[in-house]
Amino acid sequence: MSISRRKLMQGTAAAGVAATVVGPAIAKGKYDEGATDKEIKIGHTNPYSGPASAYGTIGKAIDAYFKKINEEGGINGRKVTFISQDDGYSPPKTVEVIRQLVEQEKVLLVFNTLGTPPNTAIQKYMNAKKVPQLFVATGASKWGMPKEFPWTMGWQPDYNTEGQIYAKYLLANKKDAKIAVLYQNDDYGKDYLEGFHKGLGDAGKKQIVSEVSYEVTDPTVDSQVIQMHSKGADAFFNITTPKFAAQAIKKAGEIGWKPMHFLNNVSASVSTVLKPAGFEFSQGILTAAYLKDPTDKQWFGHQGYLEWVEWMKKYHASGNIQDSFNVYGYTVAQTMTHVLKACGDDLTRANIMKQAASIKGLALPMMLPGIKINTSATDFYPIQSVQLQRFKGETWELFGDILAAESA
Amino acid sequence: MAGIDKNLRWAGIVLLLAILLPFIPGVSDYRIFQLTLVLVYAIALLGLNVLTGYNGQFSLGHGAFYAVGAYVAAIMMDKWGMPYYATVPAAAVVCLVVGFLFGLPALRLEGHYLALATFALALAVPQMLKHKSIEYWTGGVQGIVIIKPDPPFGLPLSQDQWLYLFTLFVLAILFLCAWNLLRGRTGRALVAIRDHHMAADTMGINTALYKSLTFGVSAMYTGVAGALGAIAIQFVAPDSFTILLSISLLVGVVIGGLASIPGAIFGALFIVYTPNIASDISKAAPWAIYGIFLIVFMYLMPTGIWGGLRKLAAMIRARRNAS
Repeated sequence: MSISRRKLMQGTAAAGVAATVVGPAIAKGKYDEGATDKEIKIGHTNPYSGPASAYGTIGKAIDAYFKKINEEGGINGRKVTFISQDDGYSPPKTVEVIRQLVEQEKVLLVFNTLGTPPNTAIQKYMNAKKVPQLFVATGASKWGMPKEFPWTMGWQPDYNTEGQIYAKYLLANKKDAKIAVLYQNDDYGKDYLEGFHKGLGDAGKKQIVSEVSYEVTDPTVDSQVIQMHSKGADAFFNITTPKFAAQAIKKAGEIGWKPMHFLNNVSASVSTVLKPAGFEFSQGILTAAYLKDPTDKQWFGHQGYLEWVEWMKKYHASGNIQDSFNVYGYTVAQTMTHVLKACGDDLTRANIMKQAASIKGLALPMMLPGIKINTSATDFYPIQSVQLQRFKGETWELFGDILAAESA
Repeated sequence: MAGIDKNLRWAGIVLLLAILLPFIPGVSDYRIFQLTLVLVYAIALLGLNVLTGYNGQFSLGHGAFYAVGAYVAAIMMDKWGMPYYATVPAAAVVCLVVGFLFGLPALRLEGHYLALATFALALAVPQMLKHKSIEYWTGGVQGIVIIKPDPPFGLPLSQDQWLYLFTLFVLAILFLCAWNLLRGRTGRALVAIRDHHMAADTMGINTALYKSLTFGVSAMYTGVAGALGAIAIQFVAPDSFTILLSISLLVGVVIGGLASIPGAIFGALFIVYTPNIASDISKAAPWAIYGIFLIVFMYLMPTGIWGGLRKLAAMIRARRNAS
């Protein structure tokens, strides 16, 4: 990484010289630490090692996207220096590397740091230092609190909202359902559960006949599935991470349980969840999406998808073209690029937060058609709408309208 | 007694240098923070070294005591609004008791069986911290965020500088205590138990009591380190205390030098800086690089860094005497 960075700096210097010669293109800007006429320094943490290292490809995808931006001339003539550090999903390590990024590398901002515990560990520090902590890679609902934490912002639809959407769809489409819920016993699971309860309302909550949890360290969830089935449930909200999602789908299929099955977006991957669980058991499962699934054939002819494939091949050849994390990294990096462009020549940290909080109707090529990013000074939740999709054959099929928590 | 005086003089010089370190121009707050972590781990390593190096008992579970110390500090500061300095002795007492009690049954196990029992402890503690019944105190998986202390009496220091000096102060006291403990009767008893359990018994050493107490003292040191670490990091969560922490501590003890007090500092430097160096060399396989470092160190300095330095010094002295 350090070699590529040095190369990048040389490139940056060369571009700077070129800009001086051209004349009118020189930026005369207002800057905070980490930004100059030639460069914007962005910090990032990701688990490249350890148990959560499957997410590592997101960091590589973001790096690859900024490479493309730099080759095309940078953002308003400034090259992006993207410094990504491994924190192994360990909060103390995150604190250490973030301090290194802010105090030693002097980055302008920190972007898409991954994981709820790592982000919780640095949130106070970032806000005390007044360094933007933008578009964090976690769906917890606590990242959109501009009053308490004006320097922190989420990105993806939060779990709470998604849970509400499933509940409302369930109430509208299945009379007198007997509901079962399986959730992972941590803040991610509880966030979903809380949203689901909220969406059901007091009357709907009484329809829950079984609510069971599992630990992320458990070997299987087979007994939980049998337990829910035995309570006579005919609707099932499956709040599990990929490994457990596959187990639950498979077990339900094996014991002949066919509820109306909601699967959280976290585990909506065809290649890592539904395929191993068995397509025969996956038919009719419902989930919510906001990004285009790279295995979904309906996008194969679309301009946005083709551009994405071309970028994958040219800049991120080592990445798996079926892995939706690469779509995630690509799209979140585009959001960041959009904000930095909007900043113009005022690359102060305050202006970056101001621009991040004034995105209006931004549609990106790999987001589902109709889903837009909106933020304001009081709304720090960039993506809040999703569309439901149903599994049919070997892929997802979108149906219905774009849903937001308010309208669902 | 000249040898002891000389040792103390050296320790004094090193301590003085350590006090001056954060005031060197160009040493940033981030570097000071990193050095604070080195001091914190050095205390934990010293605790483990008393157990493993001097007393010959293996523990793969010291991350658990570190976690207990960290949570004691975090809960006292967050729930009761206690000052940070009051949490350090409290963590010490709690971990001493927990360590002693855990030591009583565990010590019936010898060698690798004890290692497995402590390993189980390290695995269990992060899960227990998430348990619903204590969630009010521990904050569950969300953990607890604590506030960094300001320097007292309006001293013109940054928070990081102050915390470094505070940690150094605690470390100096604990190192002095350990040195005092280990050089006398008690230290000899511990080593005797390590070298030959039965012979120690026949000499009239109450091995069961000594072993339990050693476990307690060792846990106490590690718990104090946990408390100081929590204050420096400003955050505790179950994910902070995985099994990797326990293994890192054992690695630090062996790399620093078993049964040596200064070895703890070198071991701490290793466990703080090596992962960073490794990930600078290769983002793709940092732990493979870490492994290579480990093997190289063990090959070149089989008695740890401190042992290696002493051997080197002895060689130079021998050569000088010869010529």
